[in-house]
Amino acid sequence: MKKWNLVIDVALCENCNNCVLTNKDEHIGNDFPGYAAPQPRQGHNWIRIERRVRGADPMVDVAYLPTTCNHCAAAPCVAAAHGEAIYQRQDGVVIVDPVAARGREDLVDTCPYGAIWWNAELKLPQKWIFDAHLLDQGWKEPRCVQACPTGAMRAFHIEDGAMQQMVRRDGLETLRPELRTLPRVYYRNLYRYSKCFIGGSVTVTRDGVVDCLPDARVRLEIGGQEVAIANTDTFGDFKFDGLEPSSGSCRIEISHPQHGVIDATAELGERSIYLGTFCIDAQC
Amino acid sequence: MKRALLKATLFGITHVLRLNARRRPAFREFMRRHNAVAQIRLKDGSIGRHYRFSNGKVETGAGLHPKPDITMTFKDVPTALRLMSPNPDQGEIVLAAKTFRVVVDGDDELAVWFMQLMNMIATADLTFGTSMPDGTRRYTTVTNGGPLYVFVKDGRIVRTTLIDLGPDDAPSWTIHARGRNFKPQRRATVSPHALALKSMVYSDKRLLYPMKRIDFDPNGERNPQNRGISGYERISWDEALDIVAGEINRQKSVHGPGAMAIYQSSHHQWGNVGYYLSAMQRFGNLVGFTRVHPNPDSWEGWYWGAQHHYGNSMRVGLPGGYGLVEDCLKECETIVFWSSDPETTSGVYGGSEGTQRRLWAKELGIEFVHIDPHLNPTAQLLGGRWIPIRPGADPALAAAIMYVWCTEERYDKEYVRTRTTGFEQWRDYLLGVTDGLAKTPEWQEAETGVPAHMVRALARSWAGKKTYLAAGGPGFGVGGAARGANGMQWARSMILMMAMQGWGKAGVNFGNLQGFTPLDYSFYFPGYADGGISGELQWTASAVNNYVRMPHVLTMNPVKQMIPRQRFPEAIIEGKCEGYLWDGTSVESQFAPYRYPMPGFSPVHMLYRYGGSSFGTIANSSRFIEAYRHPSLEFVVNQSIWFEGEAQFADIILPACTALERWDIGEWANCGGYVFDAQGQLNHRMILMQHKCIEPLGESKSDYQIFLDILQRLGLGALYSEGCSELDWCQRQFASSDLPRHMSWKEFLKKGYYVVPSLPEGERHSPYMRWFAEDRKKDAPEPLPMPSQYAEKFGKGLQTPSGKIEFVPATLVRNDPDNPERPPLNRYIPAWEGPAHKEQIARHPLQMIATHPRFSFHTYGDGKDSIINDISDHRVRVGGHDYWVMRLNPSDAAARGIAQNDVIRVFNDRGAVLCAADIVPTVRSGIVKTYESCAELQLLKTDQGLVDRGGCVNILTNSRPQAKGTDASAPNSCLVQIERWRQSAVTQDRGAQS
Repeated sequence: MKKWNLVIDVALCENCNNCVLTNKDEHIGNDFPGYAAPQPRQGHNWIRIERRVRGADPMVDVAYLPTTCNHCAAAPCVAAAHGEAIYQRQDGVVIVDPVAARGREDLVDTCPYGAIWWNAELKLPQKWIFDAHLLDQGWKEPRCVQACPTGAMRAFHIEDGAMQQMVRRDGLETLRPELRTLPRVYYRNLYRYSKCFIGGSVTVTRDGVVDCLPDARVRLEIGGQEVAIANTDTFGDFKFDGLEPSSGSCRIEISHPQHGVIDATAELGERSIYLGTFCIDAQC
Repeated sequence: MKRALLKATLFGITHVLRLNARRRPAFREFMRRHNAVAQIRLKDGSIGRHYRFSNGKVETGAGLHPKPDITMTFKDVPTALRLMSPNPDQGEIVLAAKTFRVVVDGDDELAVWFMQLMNMIATADLTFGTSMPDGTRRYTTVTNGGPLYVFVKDGRIVRTTLIDLGPDDAPSWTIHARGRNFKPQRRATVSPHALALKSMVYSDKRLLYPMKRIDFDPNGERNPQNRGISGYERISWDEALDIVAGEINRQKSVHGPGAMAIYQSSHHQWGNVGYYLSAMQRFGNLVGFTRVHPNPDSWEGWYWGAQHHYGNSMRVGLPGGYGLVEDCLKECETIVFWSSDPETTSGVYGGSEGTQRRLWAKELGIEFVHIDPHLNPTAQLLGGRWIPIRPGADPALAAAIMYVWCTEERYDKEYVRTRTTGFEQWRDYLLGVTDGLAKTPEWQEAETGVPAHMVRALARSWAGKKTYLAAGGPGFGVGGAARGANGMQWARSMILMMAMQGWGKAGVNFGNLQGFTPLDYSFYFPGYADGGISGELQWTASAVNNYVRMPHVLTMNPVKQMIPRQRFPEAIIEGKCEGYLWDGTSVESQFAPYRYPMPGFSPVHMLYRYGGSSFGTIANSSRFIEAYRHPSLEFVVNQSIWFEGEAQFADIILPACTALERWDIGEWANCGGYVFDAQGQLNHRMILMQHKCIEPLGESKSDYQIFLDILQRLGLGALYSEGCSELDWCQRQFASSDLPRHMSWKEFLKKGYYVVPSLPEGERHSPYMRWFAEDRKKDAPEPLPMPSQYAEKFGKGLQTPSGKIEFVPATLVRNDPDNPERPPLNRYIPAWEGPAHKEQIARHPLQMIATHPRFSFHTYGDGKDSIINDISDHRVRVGGHDYWVMRLNPSDAAARGIAQNDVIRVFNDRGAVLCAADIVPTVRSGIVKTYESCAELQLLKTDQGLVDRGGCVNILTNSRPQAKGTDASAPNSCLVQIERWRQSAVTQDRGAQS
């Protein structure tokens, strides 16, 4: 049986919010009996985008993480609903029944991802329905996917086996896998949001003139172990990404055959670090 | 024989009317509108027939009626037969009207009704849109942010979606580059604001009824001092239209021509019929008005500065881009984005079309550099080296890069020798020979904040690799750094840098893959600046093609008086002002000052305001409050869709409907005029019917209908409409284009769009400026320079007097040689408002840049309860109010005790605005970044003076022109201070009022 899955590439999300807007356009003021009651004009974000800004001027990057109902295969909300209020369709889509779930504010907190919203006026829990009402009419993909300009969001209607193959092949991740809810929303390049980097810049002084130093070799050690090697680029910059937050003490060693070796240490906590500019010959 | 045919035709009309009324409800409704006697006759009276309309029924009689309400008189039988044939030649009709071979007499409103009814015979049978499985009907439209399907059920919009191209649409182009085949997605991508359209249509800010300010009495006290303060009452359309039409006449008779000014906002709704350059311009010309003349406010530095070095006046000083997507993908190694954020501005109207191409560049390993005070969304998406720079210091950085190129001999000497003039003088300036100050990387550091070693690395990398310079949003200029005190210096520098690197050679050009794609630009469809139905030949591009291809009656504004838009408040308050022309026909036009008032014309005493965006878009905009309340301004009418901005300062408000509530037709991103072939940003050229998807909400009406209703009170309705409804005008635009060769009108109305086939490989354009680099005859398909403007032979060289790129422009040497603020030698002059002025910095230490917005298109999409307001990068909800976002560096926030999303007061001596603080290291310390073009104005009285909590940051910006002798606006040179907001400061909260 084919099931719907969503794959989100964090490196391609540019925070245009088209996914967020299509969801509001689709549901505010529209009633889709059997699928979803109207979304309130304010306060609900069935699809939302989180931001993570890393580093410091001038080495800064920004990642955006679209989150929504994960349509978990082992959905805690479905388990808690005991029946009709929330159910999973054969195609994997989880539906909060807009009639049977009336009054069930208790179901809001069953989602560990905070993806269920309480409609106080209609006394109804609500969430993103994967545009099941449109898929059932023959749409090939949900609206958020259609409106995504970068291809950061892609929907796959495939067998679970094929999906797991893709997960392994592409190194896809889910949010908080330790909860074992088995989300059907997967992420590519999640490190851009969840991991840290250490970076810096290297200069050299020649004839009293300071220049960026490209092609210096930079080694990163964490806990005494070498974990990565990089070369400085045109602007003398280096950047080690994908580091576990709170990795602790790090050592950087910068070397260049003509200009010698220097090193530095840093403590990697929750936040990424831009170490600033290193002058390899200590003259600048 | 012909007389018999005419008689039979006249008799037959009765039956056609009856048949249509029986079968078509819309036709029946329209026919029922009036009870009247209409008559068609020959001038000599030898043939005539009259039609009595009564309660939706029609009776007919041969011969002349003694008292017809309207009469259509033909000069002779051949004229009558030609004009009444099923498919009359539009040129014949217009000629017959102009030469009085056909005359319509009688009540103007009835005449228009009768002519529109006759036209409806041909349109009543048409079907529009596609029926969908869920019971909705799917229509099409175009917005500022791309085309949309509009799904409608029971007269209500259900959703708006992107349009996916189908197998029956023309195939997409393919570009072969570096062993790969690049083909765009088969989809019309959109900008965020396009997807907010439904929420804007059903906004609670919609104006649904005509309204009158409660203390405005056209026959008594007018109380102009209360504009923006006192409230409104609902009035009938008849009362509103009578007041407006009466004032138009009164102004002319009491004060004389020019007493009424028309002031429009751009970019309001898409469509060639309803656009301001179309329906509004035609209206204005028929009553006469003082033109509020725009400055090229997105171009500025390019128009007033860059074009002197190389020409392209017809593009407002911007380079073109034919062939450059292909050249860039094939050849380029680095793209330097300089004040260029295409992911925010999408070029212009370009949806998200360029995004995929920039991601291709990333896949190809093309490197990126981003010079911008803000790590902007493009830099965030693409990555690459961010070089944060102090606002306004860009020309200093440019000079230092060129200094390195000179001293290290890293420039294209052959190109400079053969394709440019004046280089030695420029080199001497860079090296310090001229002024004793070498423009070294170390020198620029104090100005820009960019380390000298970074400048050297950039200069070497740039010169060592084939580099595209993306200057401004689309890569070909516009926006950002062009809109500060140093905007001209910067734009001029961009041209000079390209001249040193061999502009036009393989992989060396302007652009960021926003354009131009290999589309067929020869397929004719008019853009909005081509004038639509205006008949205006001077201030639109109608004369180029539209006027001849869609024959319609010429119109002309007999009032030559103009007010420069940036000086409108001074014109009203001080009664005089001076401006400089925006006129692309020559580089020299801009030197001519024009003065208001102009002898022979009346100063302005009535304002016809179309839209109301000035508070959010014009520098130092609180000046408008005083202007609106000035006693010399006797009457202000505002025609708007939403109750926002300046609509709150009108005496009479006329409620217009959105484009989804009326008919229109348009091509996506086709601006025409000075923004020639702007579709080059797109992956596919798409021409769309803009269906009337729903009935106008409340009592709102289309702009066209409002103008027509006013003009009918002046007896000008028939002349304005030429007997046409908006749908009829759409058909005339359609018929004037190349479309009918490929698709029938009927099919077009049903499907809603047509995709113009792209160019096969053998027919594609060579890269822009390649002809110039190779000293060949120009081969770019653009009508510029004008034939007289070539230095040598037609088609050879550029528009400059030398035909070459001029490092020291002759047009400045000749016409403005001693202007210290725009010297012919492009010296770096620190901004007149900025860090160079210690006394300014002491009080207002933060440099604020307010660039073109990302989520709205100027004010379109912002405010008005649009779902765009829910985007936290656009507005942030604090205490139930959606505050405009101001980005500031963590150190600046900490120094002021400001936390994330705190409401802050941003202020200087010009005013104060409340914003929500977004604390991010994506702006350097000392710089704050926001967007211009807030739609909301909500003034509060506080113990610190007036504060706007709508978010109109242009209240804070300086209205001084970049340089004297120009009208170049400079909102990005603005110093402010910021503090946490104290709610207790409010002494009076009266919403929009003060």
